[in-house]
Amino acid sequence: MAQKKDKVAERKNAVVSCLKQFGTEIYNQLDQGVFPTINMPSRSTENITYDPALRQYILGERVVTRSARNIRHIRPFTQLAWAAMFGNELTTQRKTSTLRDVYYSAQAYEMTFNDQQESNNIITDLETLTGFAREDFHIFPEERSAIFGDLDIGYTVPGYEGKSLNLTSHPDGVLIGPALTTSDFLGTKADKVIAIEKGALFTRFIEENVHNKHKSLLISCGGQAPRQTRSFIRRLHDELELPVYILTDGDPWGMHIAQVIISGSANAAHLRELNTPDAVWSGVWASDIVEYKLPTDPLDEVDIKRLYELQRDPRYQNDPLWQREIKLFLKIKRKAEQEAFSRYGLTYIVDEYLPTKLEGAKGKK
Amino acid sequence: MAQATFEEISASDFFYRNRDIAGLTNPSRSIFVAIREVVENSLDAAESQKIPPNIYVRLSFESEATKATQIYKLHVADNGSGIPPKFIPSAFGQVLYGSKYKLKQARGTFGLGGKMAVLYGQITTHQPVFVTSSTGQEKIYSFKLMIDIQRNRPIILDRKVLINKDRWQGTIIEFTLEGDYLRAMPKIIEYFKQTAMVNPYANITFVDPKGRLYKFVRATTVMPDPPKETMPHPYGVDVELLQRLIQITEFNNMSSFLRGHFHRVGEITAQKFLDFAGISPKKNPKKLAHEEIVRLMQNLKKFKEFLPPDANCLSPLGEELLKAGVVKELNPEYLVVHQRKPSTYAGHPFIVEMAMAYGGNVPKSGTFVIYRFANKIPLLYDEASDVSYRVISAMNWRRYKVHPEMPIAIVVHICSTKVPYKTVGKEFISDRPEIRREVANALREVARQIQHFLARQEHVHMEKKRLGIFNKFLPKIAEFSTILARQERKPNIEKLLKSVQKYGSEER
Repeated sequence: MAQKKDKVAERKNAVVSCLKQFGTEIYNQLDQGVFPTINMPSRSTENITYDPALRQYILGERVVTRSARNIRHIRPFTQLAWAAMFGNELTTQRKTSTLRDVYYSAQAYEMTFNDQQESNNIITDLETLTGFAREDFHIFPEERSAIFGDLDIGYTVPGYEGKSLNLTSHPDGVLIGPALTTSDFLGTKADKVIAIEKGALFTRFIEENVHNKHKSLLISCGGQAPRQTRSFIRRLHDELELPVYILTDGDPWGMHIAQVIISGSANAAHLRELNTPDAVWSGVWASDIVEYKLPTDPLDEVDIKRLYELQRDPRYQNDPLWQREIKLFLKIKRKAEQEAFSRYGLTYIVDEYLPTKLEGAKGKK
Repeated sequence: MAQATFEEISASDFFYRNRDIAGLTNPSRSIFVAIREVVENSLDAAESQKIPPNIYVRLSFESEATKATQIYKLHVADNGSGIPPKFIPSAFGQVLYGSKYKLKQARGTFGLGGKMAVLYGQITTHQPVFVTSSTGQEKIYSFKLMIDIQRNRPIILDRKVLINKDRWQGTIIEFTLEGDYLRAMPKIIEYFKQTAMVNPYANITFVDPKGRLYKFVRATTVMPDPPKETMPHPYGVDVELLQRLIQITEFNNMSSFLRGHFHRVGEITAQKFLDFAGISPKKNPKKLAHEEIVRLMQNLKKFKEFLPPDANCLSPLGEELLKAGVVKELNPEYLVVHQRKPSTYAGHPFIVEMAMAYGGNVPKSGTFVIYRFANKIPLLYDEASDVSYRVISAMNWRRYKVHPEMPIAIVVHICSTKVPYKTVGKEFISDRPEIRREVANALREVARQIQHFLARQEHVHMEKKRLGIFNKFLPKIAEFSTILARQERKPNIEKLLKSVQKYGSEER
């Protein structure tokens, strides 16, 4: 496990040295009496393309230059330099912060942002410039999701170094927050990860002992999975080599929650390793609705509009499953929630549906 | 059946009965008009000899008259030309007597205002007027007068002659009148302030009934050339004037008559005109029948070849004096002045002078502050009816990037041998196309210059803001990068800060 442990420290060093290099470049330019400039990939929509090989959105060749010489650039330039310094402080001192916190912290340096959006944009700039996610700079959004299952982690946050935790310790699950995402993986008996769209089913799975019955780590996404959760899933997959299965509602929105975990979002095209290309969407499919005769609601107009959008989305092109299910949704014009399985009793989804789906996925592999 | 009776009334009687037309409409307006008329006569008297005027005005409370009005004593002293003693009784005791029937630019129009004030004082208080004057010779003459209203004649109650040891020159007039000073006060103070603006070479002192002293000190002793007298221009002639000229003329043929009594009519022009009008050059003007005089007047207006009137009978302020006056009273941040070339309407020459002032003591009132002057008299009433107000309102200000919220004052001075007032009260100027055009042209000129000023100011402002941005952010970039790069010493950014100052304006 020592090798795994290094990964967290290694990444931290990479972040810190990247920031130092950025600062040094500006410093040297200033010291030579030159207006500092920075180049970074453009995040404009024309520069975002889908890379079928990487199976995620990436930024193209286009580069934007920000110069302190330019009166319109100097303010965001300074804000970016401040954000880098702030990220550097957080990372080296092992403190964490939130996006909201960033907005207020800037005011201490007379660097008041006009609004939250402006400060968020600068953090995204910092990500684009360095290629690291804001979580690497210890800046976290507010939303949280949870994990439950047999995984031992070793904390790296100050005050908890050397302490470890088994993630079955608390039956409500453990928050996927800064302390967890920066911890080392010490060991697991699980052989798979199941990511669940809704907290209710996550709780049901824990109650029904799914983590033992199916040797799995359970994750509650809480709707669209937050970025730190997506990158945590990626770590579970990469470092522990666990297959990832995703269970969502049977509608276009659930389908897309799975897709973002698998292929990432266009908004995060400047970042890598936020997605898990090998993850599998296990249901609820449109064909499950038919096969299990689930209670359904009719698709409304926005659902149908969304389905047509997804049909054209490049992320939905590589696996025939997506197109097949989209077509079926459009045909039956019905949708079903995960809870719909309750018509067959509270445990049906765990005892009957889940094993079948996991088998099916394995078979497909 | 009752027989209608006709009676002849004198000019004094006429104005006594119709004093409204002279602006003496109510107790507050009357006291304002009375002060104004007397002060204007004093200014004219000093200017006619190019003496920088010293005017002292004192209004003192005498007694209560009615619930709303009081009796005041008005005392005005000047250092003007003075009046020869034989003219003093008529000058102050006879309506429509005066020097203002000849054509030259003067403040008064009808030789009426000062006497109306005196007449008004007499009919409201039944007290005589005291006039003391000297032309700077050995003697000073002092009169105590009343007006015989029915007969329009002065009554001399007392007459004194004093030795003028100090060779004093000027006129002092003192009389009582009824009025409402408290209500008139704002207009009176405004009148003095504006008078000081348009007469920057005058010292004006005003002591009001409460003993408050208002002093307006001259900013210069330079004075405009006094206007020259001139003959009437053929275009501006009416039948009445023709008849009067015919009465007094010494010429016995039409050609000489035209040349001798009209402005800019020489032998050739007279010849051409008489051909045009079908009148023999040898005809004796005194033999013209009434219909012929009417036809002559009509032809004078129709004939196209008269030369336009000469403007040397006008005495505009000039750009320098206008500037001095506006600076003195408004102390603006920026000021432009413009004088138009002379122009004419209906045979009367006129000149428009305009100033536009920005900032300083110009009040920010949400609309342009307009100061209107005619022959150096401030016009304080009926602003919205005035030609200048109309031109200013009709102007497309957006074109000049000027808007009424800015602290902008517009000063319009129109001088003419005959200012086309709408009323005897001299409050606003009628909307004649020739005058409208000149006012509009002058306004465009000053607006253009103000626009340049504003653009320059905007540029300076932007430049300041831009430098402020660099000054704020560059040191911060230096600070943050020093920390990030783990350096001890901050980079030297002086050179960069200097470079933005030098070349900054090219970068956009």
